[in-house]
Amino acid sequence: MKSGFKFLKHTFSVFAIGAVAVQGANAETLRLLTWGGYAPDDVVEMFKAETGHTVEVTKSNNEEMIAKLRATRGGGFDLAQPSQDRILGPQLEFGIYKPIDISRIDQGQFIQSMLSATMANTTVEGRVYGVPHVWGTSGLVMDTAAAGDIVKDYTDLCDPAVAGKVSYRLKRPTLIGFAFAMGMDPFAAYSDEAAYKDIMDKVESKLIDCKPNVKTYWGGGDELMGLVRSGEVVASMAWDTGGWKLNADNPNITFVAPTSGALGWIDTFVLPAKGRADDAAYDWINFVMRPEIAAKITAAAGNFTASSGADAFAEESLKARYQASFPAVAIDNIKWYPPVPGGLEAIEGAVLDRVKAAQ
Amino acid sequence: MTQMTARLGFFVLLMPLLLWLALLIIIPHIDMFLLSLRERVGVGEYETSFANYLILFTEPLYIWTFVRTAVMSVLATAITLIIAFPVSIYIAKIAQGRLQQILFMLCLIPFYVSELVRTFGWMILLRETGIVSNFVQWVGIVDRPVEFLYNDAAIMVGLVYTSMLFMVVPLVTTLESLDNSVIEAGYDLGGSTLSVMREIIIPHAAPGIMSGCIVVFMLSLGNYLTPIMLGGKDSLWFTEMIYNQFIVRFNWELGAAFGFMLLVLSSAIVWAMLRLTGQTLAKTME
Amino acid sequence: MTPDLEAVGLSKTFADFQAVKNVSFTVPAGSFFSILGPSGCGKTTIMRMIAGFLEPSSGDIRIKGESVLGVAPNKRPVNMVFQHLALFPMMNIADNIGYGLRRQKRPKAEIARKVDEVLERIGLPGIGQRKVDELSGGQKQRVAIARCMVLEPDVLLLDEPLGALDLKLREHMKLELKALQEAFETTFIYITHDQSEALVMSDQIAVMNQGRFEQVGTGKDLYYRPQTSFVAGFIGDSNCWEGKVESVDATSTLVRLDNGSAIHGVFDDRTSHVGDSVDIFVRPESIGISRNASDFLDCENRLSGQVHDVIFNGAASRVMLRDSQGGTMIEVALPQSGGSTDLLKGESVHIGWRAAQSTCFVKGAV
Repeated sequence: MKSGFKFLKHTFSVFAIGAVAVQGANAETLRLLTWGGYAPDDVVEMFKAETGHTVEVTKSNNEEMIAKLRATRGGGFDLAQPSQDRILGPQLEFGIYKPIDISRIDQGQFIQSMLSATMANTTVEGRVYGVPHVWGTSGLVMDTAAAGDIVKDYTDLCDPAVAGKVSYRLKRPTLIGFAFAMGMDPFAAYSDEAAYKDIMDKVESKLIDCKPNVKTYWGGGDELMGLVRSGEVVASMAWDTGGWKLNADNPNITFVAPTSGALGWIDTFVLPAKGRADDAAYDWINFVMRPEIAAKITAAAGNFTASSGADAFAEESLKARYQASFPAVAIDNIKWYPPVPGGLEAIEGAVLDRVKAAQ
Repeated sequence: MTQMTARLGFFVLLMPLLLWLALLIIIPHIDMFLLSLRERVGVGEYETSFANYLILFTEPLYIWTFVRTAVMSVLATAITLIIAFPVSIYIAKIAQGRLQQILFMLCLIPFYVSELVRTFGWMILLRETGIVSNFVQWVGIVDRPVEFLYNDAAIMVGLVYTSMLFMVVPLVTTLESLDNSVIEAGYDLGGSTLSVMREIIIPHAAPGIMSGCIVVFMLSLGNYLTPIMLGGKDSLWFTEMIYNQFIVRFNWELGAAFGFMLLVLSSAIVWAMLRLTGQTLAKTME
Repeated sequence: MTPDLEAVGLSKTFADFQAVKNVSFTVPAGSFFSILGPSGCGKTTIMRMIAGFLEPSSGDIRIKGESVLGVAPNKRPVNMVFQHLALFPMMNIADNIGYGLRRQKRPKAEIARKVDEVLERIGLPGIGQRKVDELSGGQKQRVAIARCMVLEPDVLLLDEPLGALDLKLREHMKLELKALQEAFETTFIYITHDQSEALVMSDQIAVMNQGRFEQVGTGKDLYYRPQTSFVAGFIGDSNCWEGKVESVDATSTLVRLDNGSAIHGVFDDRTSHVGDSVDIFVRPESIGISRNASDFLDCENRLSGQVHDVIFNGAASRVMLRDSQGGTMIEVALPQSGGSTDLLKGESVHIGWRAAQSTCFVKGAV
């Protein structure tokens, strides 16, 4: 009797293996080039259980994503997630993406305004290259008890009262943020290289004047968190999620939208030109945009997604922090990055170099 | 016939090395050199010119960073040598048996963790709220937190720390090959410690010193993490420039020119060091 | 006249081992003094104490009458030729020889002159610009000595310097070293485990064993009149047998070997008693060999036996003989003159030697 049961069990295993093998026939490996937190392990496992596709996650950032894809002329990955402003320029210059077949995307899952804005921003020669995924802002993370009264905008980081206790990155968002805080509109000057250069020259002299005030230019999120948590830095230009994470440990520290407006970014989904697993890529997009899955990604990454209705699944504490940082006026005041035309990087790069070299 | 076979065998055995050299060293460098000669004149349009090299020599920031990186690397090499030499003599000539092995292991242990973790270790020690700062306050030398991080001295500490092993290993190897009786003969014939060091130990160890210096210099010159993380807002390092051009600015052409100049610089300095000390590369690699 | 070197009650103890035990000796000026002993006997330790690389645990070392205890090696008026010579490979020959003079801050011209002189004396003029590894073994040897001699030390120490040379060269260098020593008129202290080196060159030899000097004397003394069983066994070849004293009379002692043979022997300055266990040493070259028993009528010891083997080694050829009475294997020198060169295996022969040529030592006596 017992051996008969064993026999049955074996037979069943053989069938089960057979079933997996059949499913495996159209299962693909999705090579995903993304940001930390955008593909949490539990989501990857759920995705595999449902579709059979395995996901290989490579964590990166905007610049490295583009550099990697450029090096292989769009190969090596099946799905990438650069910010929406970094699609148009690299596509024109290097041709590293391929158009998205919108009909294969479940558009009903997206917040419509965000979807249409991103599609418009990533349209090259009439074809759409990107759809939105995660969005957020950068602004000011500060210890409100120590700097709340002084630092209201980016330029206040140069206030002598917080000398040696502020930080920011030496990257383009800082240039843009300072330009806005100085009353200029760099986005409006994107199409006019001369005007843009003029703005950047002013920002450059401001940043050079400000340099003695800065403790260090932070490079990575962990480094900044350490600086703020230890109290060595009381105010810094940073992403909203960093501030909210610190807020959980120390209620005085939080993210504040600067008076000139937080800078809004949207990370997208794009298909690399030589991607091989398009089916898996579309499956992944449709999978992670489901409200309950999107909420998991929000929990992991700290940022909200373009998934419609995911708010209902988000943690209450995160929503509370979001609302505290963004009163209605502040949301309206968010400056969304428009696509960056090629050639601006050279101007910005020279400015950043000179700021770094200034003594 | 047999000679033919022998020759064939020779080439078969040599093939992996030749392939390795060609595929990973020579071809990428040729490619990089060709890339560095391209000048971007418009979207997707390029012309052959030396414009990228011209930028390097006309932009004061780049040339300054270039020089600064070289000088700091030479300095780091010199400091590493000065610290490593007595340590190596101790390990090779004075320590015996187990102690010798343990000391050697101690030099090796920092390499069990990644460079990133090692550098973070130094950041924890040196930062304003870090251990060193707290210690000097506790001792009473200062009465407020001191920032040891984010300056050139911190970069130097990090570079020397990272390089120590690569100086100690060749030094210990050459010093061990020096017969103790040769040192004793130096004393026996009337030499003082200083003259034995100058006339016997250092000349004998010269190939080891040179190979250690070359490795450490190359490592320092090519280091990326240490200067950036420990150096803070004034950490100008040439590798960072190359990274920026390639990754952040998408300017591969300029990045390639920088990379090629770094190669030329390191070769030139190594050549100069060899000439200065009368060594040859072959002797150094023994 | 003050001796050049004097050691008084010298001892050296390492962590768990006494390498040198209460050794005293005196080396007169201008003599060639050898310390001979097996490896590990402590001779190198003595040498290193004289040179100053080791401090004695107790005792004193005096050079020209002055204690050098606590004087660093570079301040002692002794120099050392190392086992592997320890020439400085990074310098040419002239710089090697001039090294010590440079340490004394002599003027350049004087150094150059002295180096040339000493190269002349060792018979290698004009090799100053050569590199160390361009020299032959014998030339290096001479340079190593010259490098020390140019400093005119009171005592020159030599630590088995011939060890690395091949046999032929070694034979040649023995004579040359002796000639150099005589030419420089400097006191040489020479340590070796090779008795032939010691015997050929030395004025005086100290045989050392297990940290002690067994006997100090001329080569002849050691060879013909060993005072201990170690010396008798160590210097030259010997047949060595064990037995018990059976009877003692005025001129000789009768010893009964364990296998029953009886041997007549003498005790050197020692008294022995019936029943003592003794070692008997008989040199192969002291034993006569002949086909006629009548050749040995005047010998106290007469044996006959069969040739077991003939070992041909030129002048050092030997016959291995099995004693027909007790079965003892006896090694006998094969004379190059007389009628014995054609001996064959298995042949019966007669041997004999005088009682005075079998030296006996009571076992356990020091």
